[in-house]
Amino acid sequence: MDKNEYKKYAKKTAAKSPVLKDCVIAFLVGGGICCIGQAFSSLYSYVGLGDDTVTTFVPITMIFLGGLFTVLGLYEKLAKYAGAGTIIPITGFANSIVSPAIEYKTEGLILGVGAKMFVIAGPVIVYGTLASVIYGLIYYFFGGAV
Amino acid sequence: MEFVRAFITGGIICVLAQLLIDYTRLTPARIVVLFVSLGVLLTALGVYPKIVDFGGAGATVPISGFGYSLARGVQQAVKEKGFTGVFTGGITAASGGISAAIVIGYIFALLGKSKEK
Amino acid sequence: MRRIFKFSNVKVMVGAAIAGTKEGEGPLSANFDVIEHDAYFGQKSWELAEGELQSQTASLALQKASLNSEDVDIVICGDLEDQCFASSKGAMRSASSMLGIYGACSTMSEALLVSSMAISGGFAKRVMSLTSSHFCAAEKQFRFPLEYGAQRPQTSQWTVTASGAIILEHGEEENGVYITRGMIGKPIEMGITDANNMSAAMAPAAKDTICEFLKLSGESPENYDLILTGDLGKEGSRLMKELATEEGVDLSGVHNDCGLMIYDTERQDVHSGGSGCGCSASVVASHILNEMKSGRLKRILYVATGALLSATSALQGQPITGIAHLVEMEVR
Repeated sequence: MDKNEYKKYAKKTAAKSPVLKDCVIAFLVGGGICCIGQAFSSLYSYVGLGDDTVTTFVPITMIFLGGLFTVLGLYEKLAKYAGAGTIIPITGFANSIVSPAIEYKTEGLILGVGAKMFVIAGPVIVYGTLASVIYGLIYYFFGGAV
Repeated sequence: MEFVRAFITGGIICVLAQLLIDYTRLTPARIVVLFVSLGVLLTALGVYPKIVDFGGAGATVPISGFGYSLARGVQQAVKEKGFTGVFTGGITAASGGISAAIVIGYIFALLGKSKEK
Repeated sequence: MRRIFKFSNVKVMVGAAIAGTKEGEGPLSANFDVIEHDAYFGQKSWELAEGELQSQTASLALQKASLNSEDVDIVICGDLEDQCFASSKGAMRSASSMLGIYGACSTMSEALLVSSMAISGGFAKRVMSLTSSHFCAAEKQFRFPLEYGAQRPQTSQWTVTASGAIILEHGEEENGVYITRGMIGKPIEMGITDANNMSAAMAPAAKDTICEFLKLSGESPENYDLILTGDLGKEGSRLMKELATEEGVDLSGVHNDCGLMIYDTERQDVHSGGSGCGCSASVVASHILNEMKSGRLKRILYVATGALLSATSALQGQPITGIAHLVEMEVR
């Protein structure tokens, strides 16, 4: 086998992820986490908080829960099975911030926790902000046309 | 009923990401970046707000919902403040989540310790 | 030029191995000298934990051989941490002089090769080969923080938390286990870029070293009780045997892999198997030496394999170079 053949062969014959099982668990866990979000949303509305407050505090609550489960070591255990079901919800965003913050505490509070906190989640903020500014420019110059 | 819709919407968004993980070997960081950008794009195209109307938290809790709030923030800020809003709108809308993530991350880092799997 | 080194009078004096909890739950549990359940080894960080693991293993080897550090001329050691930090910590207490080497998961056979050269060449009377790996330190350096929720692909391997030490000495013709020959590996790159499938990058190197050795020495696989690779896991072992078959060498009856032996791959959720400098080191320094001393194994080839990548090269999408170093071990 030459290099190209081998590369293709190794890829083709590599053990595959159990896609169906992965997707079922991702669906159930991801959907479940969203339902928890929905429950907080209903609860906050029920106790009479305004719409703006609810849309701010539901993500904050979910981030808190994601962080809490991370520090308890439970998020990683669930994520092993749930995959995208735990990565995609905002709790996964919290997990990606809290986990390096904990891991790099040994390198100090400034260059460890401070610098490494966004080592995984940073790109989300960078690309989210970039996309929003680009959209803002388009929206400003072309109005609601896009 | 709104719970069923949230469950289905959130579940489907996660399944789409799971298919990318299993078939493309994209790392989680790339997938999350893709979804937040798609959230902005689909909001700009007017699609995502419809998904949010249907799915509620099922569309806002996934990270694509973060893109949705960034884009919505920018829309509103441009309307209210003009050009300044281009730069302030997104982050302002997301500021609650980002600040909370930093504060919570910091506190848990102080409390937590890395553990063996 | 590829050549076989013939060693004279390189005798295995003693082996020592310390392993972590997960390895202690595996099939080789009873063979390890110590199973440590504190993953921190009493230290503050994963990096120091690995240093302590290696240090304790070195001390244990000296103790089992009834030697003190002055009796060993050179400690040749390596690990997976940046710039071999664990080895510099680990060798502190037990080395009167130290050589740090890096060969990723192939480091133990590399160390045994260099040690055998030093003894056979008359430069040293006793040499210790010492390597380690630590799951948590490796995850932190090469993958994700431990609490981060990521799914491991089926082809990925689990970095072993363990350390192995083998003390070699100049020995005359008395009974014992001898290192008789060796072959240095050729770096081979076959275009594999997936850091979650490192064994696919190592398999061609393992095949190359084994087939070259058999060809140059005129030996056939049946002349050995065991041809032991480390750490190809399920994925790499399959590929390596298929590549060897292509060259007309059938290894199926005689091959085993340290990454498959150290865990129960069905039960322990390690996907393709174990890996890391400490994997084959701890397996050879405990189980394999025991089997040789008891006579169940008489003649083996130990071929540790390494994936020569860095965290940066993986990010840059560079193809992974594989390497495999071979030592022949015999009971006399």
